[in-house]
Amino acid sequence: MKPIFEYTKGMTDMPTHYCPGCTHGIAHRVIMEVLDEMGQLGNTIGVAPIGCSVMAHQYMNVDMCEAAHGRAPAVASGIRRVHPDKIVFTYQGDGDLASIGTAEIVHAAVRGEKFTTFFINNGIYGMTGGQMAPTTLIGQKSTTCQDGRSKELNGMPVKMSEMLATIDGAVYVERVALDSPAHIRQAKKAVRRAFEIQQKGLGFTLIEFLSTCPTNWGLTPVKALDWVRDQVMPYYPLGVMKEPKEAEQA
Amino acid sequence: MTTDKVLMKGNEAFAEAAIRGGARLYFGYPITPQSEVPEYMSRELPKHGGTFIQAESELGAINMAYGAGAAGGSVFISSSSPGIALMQEGMSFLCSAEVPLLALNVSRGGPGIGGIQPGQADYYQVTRGGGNGDYRIPVFAPSSIQEAVDLLYEGTELAQTWRNPIMVLADGMIGQMMEPVRLPDFKPVYAPHEIAAHRDWACTGFNDRGGDENRRVVKSLRMQPEKLEEHVEKLFVKYARAEKELVRYESENLKGAEVVFVAFGTTARICREACEILAADGIKAGLIRPISLWPFPNKAFDEIDYGTTKAVISAELSMGQMITDVQLALNGRLPVALAHRTGGMVPTSPEVAARAKAVLEGLK
Repeated sequence: MKPIFEYTKGMTDMPTHYCPGCTHGIAHRVIMEVLDEMGQLGNTIGVAPIGCSVMAHQYMNVDMCEAAHGRAPAVASGIRRVHPDKIVFTYQGDGDLASIGTAEIVHAAVRGEKFTTFFINNGIYGMTGGQMAPTTLIGQKSTTCQDGRSKELNGMPVKMSEMLATIDGAVYVERVALDSPAHIRQAKKAVRRAFEIQQKGLGFTLIEFLSTCPTNWGLTPVKALDWVRDQVMPYYPLGVMKEPKEAEQA
Repeated sequence: MTTDKVLMKGNEAFAEAAIRGGARLYFGYPITPQSEVPEYMSRELPKHGGTFIQAESELGAINMAYGAGAAGGSVFISSSSPGIALMQEGMSFLCSAEVPLLALNVSRGGPGIGGIQPGQADYYQVTRGGGNGDYRIPVFAPSSIQEAVDLLYEGTELAQTWRNPIMVLADGMIGQMMEPVRLPDFKPVYAPHEIAAHRDWACTGFNDRGGDENRRVVKSLRMQPEKLEEHVEKLFVKYARAEKELVRYESENLKGAEVVFVAFGTTARICREACEILAADGIKAGLIRPISLWPFPNKAFDEIDYGTTKAVISAELSMGQMITDVQLALNGRLPVALAHRTGGMVPTSPEVAARAKAVLEGLK
């Protein structure tokens, strides 16, 4: 009998430690399924961040390396220079990428480093217990902004994808979401496109995933997805911020 | 082929020695008094198929070094005191993850931004570990450009053998001065696809290992305390072996000496002259020159002539840091005094000789 669906070889058999309703699992699977479909699992090196996904290397079935908080883009730059023919990616949360690691991500983009960053934006520090992130929305409560984030005190949530898209070395930047089957399919297309552009050596690529944290948001998994649609997407609109010209892609 | 003697500036000779020793990846950030190292690397490394990146910061540089090392590359980095301070996050990571690295500190005066003149006040930073957690880094302190060249040439292989960062601590004097050196022959290096077979822990992607899908993960996180304890104890078995095998020092004129200097790097050269000044005045003085600062050469102190030696003087370009290790090594066998300048000031040999006389006088 011919199988019509199989679990991707891109993921290990280990059950994940993520909370119910957290979209890390979907993001992991989308990325690893694409690498599996491209036949590139044996040709890929990943970098795991600090945060809830610090143990991503237990689930992603490729060679992997941990990085200190925020430093994944520097680590990936080093890896890519040793193995210029390999696919290299970083997987980073918003505290990691948009706060402590801003210098590393900006300069990886400036150098046009030929790796792909998956930026998981759920607007909160998950692993440390729900503190305010640079991407926490105005009015959103966290353990370090208990009355809700205020613009006067904390400034506006940072739009990393928009900012990075202004850098010449960043050739493909897209924001996707994981709240619905349609958006997940779109996310998968974006991941594949990022890896393909990386393989062509055109420059730095980044996919931002609007993600959830039901535990620290204090919402059920279903309501957390509603929050992404109703509150997060209006401020962080989905779409392509930057893409290579068709001529360059050929 | 080994070159004839050529006159080179310290920093440029260091860089050339690292390339000849097999380092093919360099990540750096400009800082005085070692900026000639990244300049030299940016120019010369590409000629040997290597990669130079000017990092966004020392944090960027050390983490690029960690990534490249984890991928099986032979990496060299350099910086000076405040820059090395910024790199400590990475040093701790590299030690835990057992990622090799050759590192050079061309040290200057501190604390803070301090100054740009030579200093040895990084002794605690490099021997005690400026980063978090239980770890050790073998540190070697050359007192001439030739010795620095030889240590840096050997350094890449040492780092790979021990799977640990190896540091060379050369003060700003040695980095900035010129001396004749012989440069050793180029060592062979691995092509990217050869790395997996030779470095059986490095992240290479499993296609490079004939499709062997046993994944390689380079990491330092261990959430279970039992696992972390087990890991750290394993590291310390390695460090205990290093304490036996990596001890290096030189001793001079210890037999019959009345006073013994302990000094490394530039200060050892000054002490050697001070010994001659004292000899002219009829005072026999000896010298212990630690080359490995960690592991500290405790056994050198067993060679002291305890029948004749009245005092030991730790001579340092700091307020006295190595003196702690000197006291531990002597274990109360002799009084210990300090001869020092700090802040980038370097003592003259007559000053050091006078200090030795004053110490001996004080014991009478």
